[in-house]
Amino acid sequence: MEIRQIFTISENENIAKNVYKMVLLGNTTAFTRAGQFVNISLQGKYLRRPISVCHKDKDSLTLIYKVVGEGTEQMSKMQNGDKLDLLVALGNGFDTDIDCQKPLLIGGGVGVPPLYDVALNFINKGITPTVILGFNNKEEIFYENEFKELGANVYVSTVNGEYGVKGFVTDCIKNENIEYDYYFTCGPEPMLKAIHSACNTKGQLSFEERMGCGFGACMGCSCKTKYGNKRICKDGPILTSEEVIW
Amino acid sequence: MNKDLSVNLSGLHLDNPIIPASGTFGFGKEFKDYYDINILGSFSFKGTTAEERFGNPTPRIAECSSGMLNSVGLQNNGIDYVIEKQLPELKTYFNKKVIANISGFSKEEYVKCCQMIDKEEQVGIIEVNVSCPNVHNGGMAFGTSAESAAEVTRAVKAVTTKPVYIKLSPNVTDIVSIAKACEDAGADGISLINTLLGMRIDLNKRKPILANKMGGFSGPAIFPIAVRMVYQVSKAVKIPVMGMGGVTTARDVIEMMMAGATAVQVGAANLVNPYACKEIIDKLPLEMEKLGIEKLSDIIGICE
Repeated sequence: MEIRQIFTISENENIAKNVYKMVLLGNTTAFTRAGQFVNISLQGKYLRRPISVCHKDKDSLTLIYKVVGEGTEQMSKMQNGDKLDLLVALGNGFDTDIDCQKPLLIGGGVGVPPLYDVALNFINKGITPTVILGFNNKEEIFYENEFKELGANVYVSTVNGEYGVKGFVTDCIKNENIEYDYYFTCGPEPMLKAIHSACNTKGQLSFEERMGCGFGACMGCSCKTKYGNKRICKDGPILTSEEVIW
Repeated sequence: MNKDLSVNLSGLHLDNPIIPASGTFGFGKEFKDYYDINILGSFSFKGTTAEERFGNPTPRIAECSSGMLNSVGLQNNGIDYVIEKQLPELKTYFNKKVIANISGFSKEEYVKCCQMIDKEEQVGIIEVNVSCPNVHNGGMAFGTSAESAAEVTRAVKAVTTKPVYIKLSPNVTDIVSIAKACEDAGADGISLINTLLGMRIDLNKRKPILANKMGGFSGPAIFPIAVRMVYQVSKAVKIPVMGMGGVTTARDVIEMMMAGATAVQVGAANLVNPYACKEIIDKLPLEMEKLGIEKLSDIIGICE
């Protein structure tokens, strides 16, 4: 199957401040894991825009993205029925087959979405994950109810304390005495670093980097790990806690 | 449509003139999962130095109008690993001759790498990169003066039996004199153009987007510059020219060949459309038909 697929927008709505939820219809058979991403071609933009998948269904993808520049601004104005040219099923994705009974899922801002299918995978296996959704303030919050509806044990933290637990996600782990035996996380790099240092179990961390191709050809997003040089787009975006070097 | 797409590059027969450019195709491993890369004329493998290199810090990539900046900085596994691991692996999925792109930081490094790669039967042509804009004290420094480009050419020619193409930088005042100096020093051909040195600024951070501040500009925006330089150089030298720079479509390939290119490399286009080279090869016969071309090699340098 071609990794380039045409998808049709069936939903594109504003769900929090500068944050949009887009549902796309098309062939999703290439996807194998939660946390994989698509690389989106946009009119007038040379490079594609990488966005991680929030939820994959048999014929649809849900993407949640924040408007941060011209590309995502353009996406936010697209209409139902518009077509998008995507490179699909990119990246390694989270390994949710690892042996754990009390998984902790920690998302920061638009790092929250790829954890949705991680939570779903555990629920389907009869394991209840604990989820911490970290935001700066109340108007940025999204997907609290969606995670609750899955049956996850959900905490929301806000840095300014407007809603939920006050402080960073790492404060939430400590102050709420959250028990876990493995973690999955996605969010800004300072948050990942804080989690890596604060959590005493193994885990998987999803990284972000400016990419050229998104499929391992250009070496634009390389990083060093304990297991050698890796490409965030092809060998990542998920790295294990054992291999990460800051 | 029975069109003849074949070209001859210094004795190397190519089924068609399409060659993915170095640094945009790795060793073909990612692309072989998307299409059979044996349809290509050849490809130029990732620029290789004597020692392994991580390259520059990230961000290494920036968006531009009709193009992109990169400052990868010659990340590669080093010549030993290429010979011991990557070439044998390549043999399992690519049955044509490959173009070996060799980079360096000293004349001795170019010589060492060329001498080693010369022994590899999978290599059809050695492309010596004296034009990388992303490394200090090397790369482009050798390609921006006629004397040093000629010196590297002479040194590598002395240790190789395979055709040597010198890959030139467009970041010079007179590319023709540099190309002629390479020809006089024994080069078998010229590859041009490498990327143009550029820069973008993040307005919020008030800092360059690239960690290395500047990077090489590639993509459709540079195509007219590449056509102009291929035209100027091919008119001035007798050795063949591999043309590259912003080539995206079958019509671009024909234009580059009319300007004087014997073969055409496709770079950045592979990164935004992994099927770019396959689509170009598929469409060439149709575009040739429209333009009344039976044999692609007939149009090389036809533009007066």
